Amino acid sequence: MTGRFRIQAELSAALLDLPLDPAWLDGIAASLELLAGHAALVMGTPLPPDIEPAPVFNP
Amino acid sequence: MNDVHDLAASVRDRQRSALSVVEAALDRVARHDPVLNCFTRVRSEAALSEAAVLDDAISRGEPAGPLAGVPFAVKNLFDVAGDATVAGSVVLADAPPAARDATVVARLRRAGAILLGQLNMDEFAYGFATENLHYGDTANPHDPTRIAGGSSGGSAASVAAALVPLSLGTDTNGSIRVPASLCGVWGCKPTYGRLSRTGVFPFVHSLDHVGPFARSVRDLALAYDLMQGPDRNDPAQSGRAAEPTLPGLEIPVPGLRVGVLRGWFRENASDQALAAVDRVADALGRLGATLSTVELAGAEAARSAAFCLTGAEGGTLHLPWLRTHGHLYDPRVRDRLIAGAMLPAAVVLQAQRVRARLREEAAQLFGRVDLLLAPATPFAATPRGDATIPIGGRPVSARANMGLHAQPISFIGLPVVCAPAQAPGDPLPIGVQLIARPWSEGVALRVARQLERDGVSTCRTLAYD
Repeated sequence: MTGRFRIQAELSAALLDLPLDPAWLDGIAASLELLAGHAALVMGTPLPPDIEPAPVFNP
Repeated sequence: MNDVHDLAASVRDRQRSALSVVEAALDRVARHDPVLNCFTRVRSEAALSEAAVLDDAISRGEPAGPLAGVPFAVKNLFDVAGDATVAGSVVLADAPPAARDATVVARLRRAGAILLGQLNMDEFAYGFATENLHYGDTANPHDPTRIAGGSSGGSAASVAAALVPLSLGTDTNGSIRVPASLCGVWGCKPTYGRLSRTGVFPFVHSLDHVGPFARSVRDLALAYDLMQGPDRNDPAQSGRAAEPTLPGLEIPVPGLRVGVLRGWFRENASDQALAAVDRVADALGRLGATLSTVELAGAEAARSAAFCLTGAEGGTLHLPWLRTHGHLYDPRVRDRLIAGAMLPAAVVLQAQRVRARLREEAAQLFGRVDLLLAPATPFAATPRGDATIPIGGRPVSARANMGLHAQPISFIGLPVVCAPAQAPGDPLPIGVQLIARPWSEGVALRVARQLERDGVSTCRTLAYD
């Protein structure tokens, strides 16, 4: 599983123009795996369409 | 150490000098901080000089403020004019000194308080332990082999050991409530948008709060009141006029309805944490409150949403430094920030929608109750050194998970007073969240004062004289 997150880390770093020390990859991959569990719970929460994102811009 | 009110009154009345008060506090810091490691900088000369100036003004008959001569200290992410704001890191060590004090620091100093120094924290406020790779661990004054909690660990520990009677911290996911719980002191996380964050180094813009720690509810309320008021430089601030809590502090809330949170807030909590909530509930029932058990639906998803939003916003904020100074971060912090910056936009936006939904759930609950109770931390202080706690049947990092009952509450910006609530025989303290509806800090503080008067919630005096 960590392999998938290592790939995600490398691809995302390229998109973000973020140079990564290869020694950091395992730690970042572990953090991505932890976040993926939380993200799944967030994305699995059914919400009606009228629920708007919380921050509101006040001009 | 005296109550802040009495201390300031004695300085104003010239029964004792501000200089002698500050000298005594600096002496305590010199004797005990080598073990506790609360302070990252002690402003000895500046504090003594400011105290002498205050004494001169008082001797000339000039009016002195409600905090005259009261020593205080601030987490090292608050700007202090003339000092670099390091935010628990070495990444900012070469930053120019702050040009002016953070708004809330300036307001306390204007009231006569003397700033003793800056306090230790988790690097960039990302953690619940104050185990800092650069500045060392802050020890828990109740047992120095254990963590103080974080990220405002120096703020809570310095008050618990009575090095200062008052301190300031910040709370994004529990960073006031967690160390207050583990160190056994009072902490207040006001409503999101209540107190100005101008001059406070950010972590997660949409979740950051500032607030005080103290050893009594009266002191907590006084500090909170003095920091209130609009500040146009903080875009998240509500602009509400100050709503002082001190004048009504001794008046019990009539017809108080208390909801004990069940579900997520009873799960993954130690027997001690649950017993503390039940003791507080029983006491309030005895004092006339109506008790019920209630559920805040969606709390677990909200905690996860707060976790994601924290990583994404914090990571995005740090990207410029991560590109150039990534090797200077504690790897435990750096890896989480980088991973957060890599979260898909869909997760971030959905997290903000989960937040809006939870706000609605809470609003419905507050139609039925005036105050919610929940553990502030699932466990008392764990041993230092990356300890684990059992969550969901498996060991997980204490530094990342001590806030799991605090996170859903700050996620929707509700005001909370963290009350020390351990049983008399408990060797370590633990706190209970007194959660009020938005903008009702006064309700939480009045209930806190009732609990303090009743003897259920008090700060234990420790042997740091």
